[in-house]
Amino acid sequence: MSFMNVVTAKALTKDYGALRAVDAVDFEIAKGECFGFLGPNGAGKTTVMRIIYCFMPPTSGEVRVFGMDVTKKPSGIKAKIGVMPQEDNLDPDLTVFENLIVYARYFDIPKKISSGLATELLEFVELQGKAGVKIGNLSGGMKRRLILARSLINNPELLVLDEPTTGLDPHSRHAVWDKLNLLKAKETTLILTTHYMEEAEKLCDRVAIMDSGRIITIESPARLMQMHGGNLEDVYLKLTGVRLAGEAS
Amino acid sequence: MNLKRAFRVWQRNFTVYTKLYKSSIALNFVEPALYLAALGLGLGAFVKEINGVPYINFIAPGIIASSSMFAATYECTYGTYVRMTYQKTFDAILATPVNIDDLVAGELMWGATKSMLYGTIIMIVISLFGLVDSAMIILAVPILFICGLIFAEVSVIAAATVPGIDTFNYFYTLLMTPMFLFSGIFFPLDNLPPVVAKIAFFTPLYHLVNICRSFSSGQVGSISDILWLLVVAAILAPYPFRLMRRRIVK
Repeated sequence: MSFMNVVTAKALTKDYGALRAVDAVDFEIAKGECFGFLGPNGAGKTTVMRIIYCFMPPTSGEVRVFGMDVTKKPSGIKAKIGVMPQEDNLDPDLTVFENLIVYARYFDIPKKISSGLATELLEFVELQGKAGVKIGNLSGGMKRRLILARSLINNPELLVLDEPTTGLDPHSRHAVWDKLNLLKAKETTLILTTHYMEEAEKLCDRVAIMDSGRIITIESPARLMQMHGGNLEDVYLKLTGVRLAGEAS
Repeated sequence: MNLKRAFRVWQRNFTVYTKLYKSSIALNFVEPALYLAALGLGLGAFVKEINGVPYINFIAPGIIASSSMFAATYECTYGTYVRMTYQKTFDAILATPVNIDDLVAGELMWGATKSMLYGTIIMIVISLFGLVDSAMIILAVPILFICGLIFAEVSVIAAATVPGIDTFNYFYTLLMTPMFLFSGIFFPLDNLPPVVAKIAFFTPLYHLVNICRSFSSGQVGSISDILWLLVVAAILAPYPFRLMRRRIVK
């Protein structure tokens, strides 16, 4: 079953009022794959991610994760995935360690188990010395790493990463990439959105290039560069049309 | 809605509360103490008695009710709004097996719990000062939870609909303060134009004050007041869920 698809989307459409954010997209993500969504701001990447992790339902079309319909089995799906959101949503009133313990409770992981897990995960993201620190005293890079650790507390088979390294300095970015590569090696399926072509080239087996709610192409970065010439950024600009700072028309 | 997952949300709020209460709990005594001192002693020196009861004893059960009310409303207006908007705690929770209905249920239960907790603490303090005539006041504790649920429901409805945090000023100025003043805590409504009592009948606080006052004086609380609270809690129940779903999930 190693070829089984973790995510299948058919004619996935999402409207916000009169605005069509995602327009009848189809894609399949295989087990163990690292799949990237690239595209300008407002292209619909985050919306697709949020539908995958059952934050909101699609307006029409069908999305299945681990074979389960996102509108019918959200809790079953969410129990098996980890989410790293774009924004910092750590609990500011709790310490680093408590953030992990409280989060584990949502997955019904008792404290006896979660405290061991939390210690391991803090080591994994190199925050072992920060267990008792308040969130407000962490740097941006540390917060991102803690959010990554938090997303792993339920040992997820699928990790959904919405701009995992946006706003990080190069050192912190490389630290996050290292961790993601380790997870890839463990056959964890990764889905990420990014604005950094280097990130997509380094991590992604395949990328979907999105624009105005549609998927223009789904290919491996290597194949895209071969087909269109230049590096991934050149391909990206060519396919999405060169615009100023991602401002949609 | 799944009760266990709702409990996880309740538990998160409880965990945070146990860390922060030391810095805030004293404040919750100051306001009731001020009302009792300023009105009970100050105004009480002139009013002496209402319905044969010393003035400070007359208002004491009402202060239990109003403390309990404000505990739930602050928690589920400002508290809920901050968790939803500024801290994005809801977004974090909704990425776990907890769904939006579980989340709203957890918030409501927490608001009701806080209402009961604060009302009970004030009840103990007021009893220690000898302002409560009967130990039957203990029977009011579960009622504080039910009425707290109503205040939590109304507050979550407000949190789900306000455009911004400043809008809560309207909620407090136009709803909570008038309710606080005209629900029979400080004076019986009988001598006012009948329309006041009619309006008061539609507020939960009026019924809670009646219940606290009768238990406090050793009478069995009026069943119709308790029924009123149960019915209203049930009628309001769907709205916080519906409106929060609309606000968050889209």
